[in-house]
Amino acid sequence: MSGLKKILGLLWIVLGPVIIIFLFMQAADKIAAATEGIARTNTTLQWAIIILIFIPICTGLVIFGYYAWKGEYDHLPESSEEL
Amino acid sequence: MRSTESNVTQSITQVIAASSLGTLIEWYDFYIFGSLAVIIGQQLFPSDAGASALINTLAIFAAGFIVRPFGALVFGRLGDLIGRKYTFLLTLVLMGGSTFLIGLIPSYSSIGYAAPILVLILRLVQGLALGGEYGGAATYVAEHAPVGRRGFFTSWIQTTATLGLFLSLGVIVLTKNILGAKNFADWGWRIPFLVSILLVVVSIYIRMKMHESPVFSKLKAEGKVSANPLKESFQKKANFKMVLVALFGATMGQGVVWYTGQFYAQSFLENTCKLDFNESRYILLWAIVFATPFFVIFGSWSDKVGRKWIMLTGMLLGVICYRPIYQYFLDTTKVKEMQKTMLLSESEPVVERGLVPGKADSLITTTVTKTLTNGMTFKESKVEIITEDVLAEVPAVQTVIKDVTLSQSSYIMVILLVFFQVVLVTMVYGPIAAFLVELFPTQIRYTSMSLPYHIGNGVFGGLVPFIATLIASFQGSTPLSGLWYPIGIAALSFIIGAVYIDNRRGDNVMD
Repeated sequence: MSGLKKILGLLWIVLGPVIIIFLFMQAADKIAAATEGIARTNTTLQWAIIILIFIPICTGLVIFGYYAWKGEYDHLPESSEEL
Repeated sequence: MRSTESNVTQSITQVIAASSLGTLIEWYDFYIFGSLAVIIGQQLFPSDAGASALINTLAIFAAGFIVRPFGALVFGRLGDLIGRKYTFLLTLVLMGGSTFLIGLIPSYSSIGYAAPILVLILRLVQGLALGGEYGGAATYVAEHAPVGRRGFFTSWIQTTATLGLFLSLGVIVLTKNILGAKNFADWGWRIPFLVSILLVVVSIYIRMKMHESPVFSKLKAEGKVSANPLKESFQKKANFKMVLVALFGATMGQGVVWYTGQFYAQSFLENTCKLDFNESRYILLWAIVFATPFFVIFGSWSDKVGRKWIMLTGMLLGVICYRPIYQYFLDTTKVKEMQKTMLLSESEPVVERGLVPGKADSLITTTVTKTLTNGMTFKESKVEIITEDVLAEVPAVQTVIKDVTLSQSSYIMVILLVFFQVVLVTMVYGPIAAFLVELFPTQIRYTSMSLPYHIGNGVFGGLVPFIATLIASFQGSTPLSGLWYPIGIAALSFIIGAVYIDNRRGDNVMD
């Protein structure tokens, strides 16, 4: 199980940036497709909020993957003394 | 001995009642805004569709996705510094106060742009308060609960989000039925907001009489309260890695299962299957009524078999069953095809004439109500545009299907399928409070558990309608394509949970 945790860790490390790139591409696509004026401002605002929120979440996914790769999840703490 | 046991039980019952009532009211407050968004838009927002959409975006996106997790951090920190009781009292006052004030805002026609700006500010306060409430209530109950029954006792807190939705729908439908549609749209919509203050006053009175959590009081007496809960939660690797695993292995999947079962199902039935407005809501209400006890059943069961596999089974069943369930919804409401072989009768056509908004072109809508041999009914409208410019190209006549009502057997089947989805919600949501509480130490519990919970629910869950619509806009997509978002996230969370989380059951929360 420890091996699987580590290998999957690499997948999470890659997945984080992939999601962000995908979101940026979608944002550019949808903003360009919106009609000019307030509709475009609205679409830009929606996507700005989504990307703003997902950058730290995806960073968290990369850190999670890194911890998994480093074997930090081989044993989970069972009491506060281990934290 | 029996008397002591009775006192303990009574005390825990009071703790659950006080915590659950307040949390239920907070959910009620949060949902009535969503349920009345259209009327609020008409009364308090400018009639200019663009400006209105912009404010709406800020109110929905900012309150749900930014302010909620921020509230989790602000109030979580406060709860770990000064105690659970006073913090979740504060969130209740903020939520109740802002809801009451939304009901008092003068219309846009009276005060202009001040009206939508006030709505936006109060909505942000609501999001902030919601972010702080849940972690406090769950922690408070869990720290009172006896060992081995934490899942059972915290599951009562878990029922409140669903019951809050139920209460908000109930109060709105009742007020509308008593006042009539016109009075409700004019001023009656304010009543559900104003009623909130009565509920909040009762809840504050009850909560004021409660004592601080015994675990936190002990910690405080020993001078072991954390000096900086945010730093300890997110800068200390040993704890931060648990926050990450809680988010990606549990709350992320739980959030999408929750929103799919309780919101997307109803929205899909109404907007994609064109089910009648009331029918789609009654289906959800019946499903909630029958499924709500399962929060307590699964919470209690998790005390015996552990939290992990109940939650993960809920996610896995969602991954497997969502597409067949929604395919059934589509197949059972394909009235356009069904009428070719099953048309029983057709009403006299009703013709309405009007103008295309913003143009001089005429709009003629001809509606007939059709009944099928299996008892289903629906309205079919043919919309014809007569252009003012005689040389312009004549637009094609559009046929619109709406207000579909189901046959009795499909109605029951659809209720059962929505009920099944809400049962999945109870599987992932029932044990999660106990799971999160047991993952973190007392010193930083409120802070550490609140953030993953609100990112999982507010961001991953709250984005279900937006991302489902986005996927449905891709080339070659079908009405079911939007489901790939909850299916994908639930599958990812299932894998992470299965591999990285251990099966916890009644772990020590006293340290």
